[in-house]
Amino acid sequence: MVDRLTSPRFLRAVLPAASFAILLIAIFYLKPRTMSYFGLNLMLQYTVPIALATIAQMFIITVNDLDLSIGPFVGLTACIGATWLADTPLLGILALAGCVAAYAALGALIHWRNLPSIVVTLGMSFVWLGIAVLILPTPGGTAPGWVKWLMGVKTPVVPFPIVATVVIGLVVHLLLMRSSYGAVLRGAGGNPRAIGRAGWSLLKTKMVMFGAAGFFGVLSGLSLIGLTSAADAHIADRYTLYAIAGVILGGGEFVGGRVSPIGAVIGAMTLTLTGSFLTFLKISPDWQIGAQGGILIIVLALRALINRREGLV
Amino acid sequence: MTSLTWISQKAWIWSFVGAFVVWLATALYIGGAGGTAVITTALSFATFTVIVGIGQMFVITTGPGNVDLSIPATISFSGAVAMKIMDGSNAMLPIGFAASMACGLVVGLFNYILIRILRIPPIIATLSSSFLVLSTAIAYGRGLKIKPPPLLAEFATARLLGIPVLAIVIILFAVVMSVVLNRTMYGRSVLAIGQNQRAAWLAGINVERIRFYTYVLSALLAALCGFLLSGFSGGASLNMGQEYLLASIAVVVIGGTSVAGGKANVPGIWGAAMFMFLLVTMLNTFGVSAGIRLILTGLIIVAVITIAGGDKPPR
Repeated sequence: MVDRLTSPRFLRAVLPAASFAILLIAIFYLKPRTMSYFGLNLMLQYTVPIALATIAQMFIITVNDLDLSIGPFVGLTACIGATWLADTPLLGILALAGCVAAYAALGALIHWRNLPSIVVTLGMSFVWLGIAVLILPTPGGTAPGWVKWLMGVKTPVVPFPIVATVVIGLVVHLLLMRSSYGAVLRGAGGNPRAIGRAGWSLLKTKMVMFGAAGFFGVLSGLSLIGLTSAADAHIADRYTLYAIAGVILGGGEFVGGRVSPIGAVIGAMTLTLTGSFLTFLKISPDWQIGAQGGILIIVLALRALINRREGLV
Repeated sequence: MTSLTWISQKAWIWSFVGAFVVWLATALYIGGAGGTAVITTALSFATFTVIVGIGQMFVITTGPGNVDLSIPATISFSGAVAMKIMDGSNAMLPIGFAASMACGLVVGLFNYILIRILRIPPIIATLSSSFLVLSTAIAYGRGLKIKPPPLLAEFATARLLGIPVLAIVIILFAVVMSVVLNRTMYGRSVLAIGQNQRAAWLAGINVERIRFYTYVLSALLAALCGFLLSGFSGGASLNMGQEYLLASIAVVVIGGTSVAGGKANVPGIWGAAMFMFLLVTMLNTFGVSAGIRLILTGLIIVAVITIAGGDKPPR
């Protein structure tokens, strides 16, 4: 029993949840009043869009790529959501579908020319930002009513952000970790040659994963404007970093298709809580991003320790 | 060797061709003597991109997965520290410069420790360290409105026969780095590691030491860029490094360095930096809106990498 509890595999799986729990306990200790429906709702409000962006990034990382454009992309979908989708729903839906298709096409391009995804997505981040600026030159617009309604739902007992995040994590877990095609998709990251030899199209897996990332990017943008009710081209610039950090905090490996959807949403929640934690400690907001970097490094260091023990065994 | 195969082997020529075409279009549009003014301005601004581009080039050349994302944060950090220490005094110039280089050294060391000891992939390592560095810069440089020492400002904006002095210095520096890349033990080791890390190791190259030098070099150059840039633009600002994330990677790629590693060239970085700046100038003179300008910049980078991307890493 003790062997099982101290096995590297178990420790690695438990690390994301443990980091989240420690952070949450620290916050409850500092401000006992946050231990309430209202407190949790307020602290975790922005978890939903961040978790969705993190899932999007996770899909890309599964196939050994990295998306440096997810932040501006979420910003673009937020701008489309707050303008076209609200005014002329049909045009808005078409535009958002176009965004998802564009992502799938990027996946195809990266596979076809064997391109480094960071350069491609870094270039695309300018394209997304440019389009967003064209659509919405100054901050403004209004979120469609139904989006605002959905994001403002009051669930009984457990606050909505937690319910929504858990649902997102579970749905993606079922699709990616429990379905047979999900195994193929992860295999395309773990051992592309084997998947290719087995007769699966690697082009298709890349397109599916990028398309899925685009779809979750759209959901992230929409849920974000549901909370802010207005949009801005730069509204989600930081999401690129959040999303990468969320995946890594959640136990995702950088290469080899080893990812965890549940871990990723826990990672996103941990990141969101860091902000509140620092505020309660009265640490200046200057150190906000620094602390996120620090937490990332600590978690990675712990994981390196666990992995080293695995090497010894 | 026919001239055609010669040209196709020198990928960097295309960046200069591109820069020239874009310049010609701008010069014809504004007419008169404006064309030469555009070139000198482009030289001034391209200089800073070239400094960080050279560091990024060495990092990228060590192989797939190697890239330094901490450059923008290091630029801001080094600029803020140097400006605060010098406090506008010429006498403090050497100390300010030393402090700036120390910033670079610390960031480079830190990056390498994360990569080597914690085995964090370079992209994530440099990204997380950039969070810390940027936060330090923000906390340290809050409300920073210090003018650079007059001597530094003068040097950074001085012109010799109409050509920016700094550009001349950095052109010479680029020549030196080109020799370092192609003729020294270090440069050839970087290329060898990028081509095949295992073969390089078996050939007796100390792979880890070379990687260490490379990350430190990149951070030092970013720090130098921050130091000079704050002299050039009349003080440090916290977001002054921001645009150099894309720029440093873009000039390396457009300049004909292989992103798969093991193949690099320095002249292309100058061509690409000129091209990037002249392109923005051209779009500005044509009166294109900010949105279109961003879209075109992004699309050109994606287009260049798509055309250049065909070559598989040598095995």
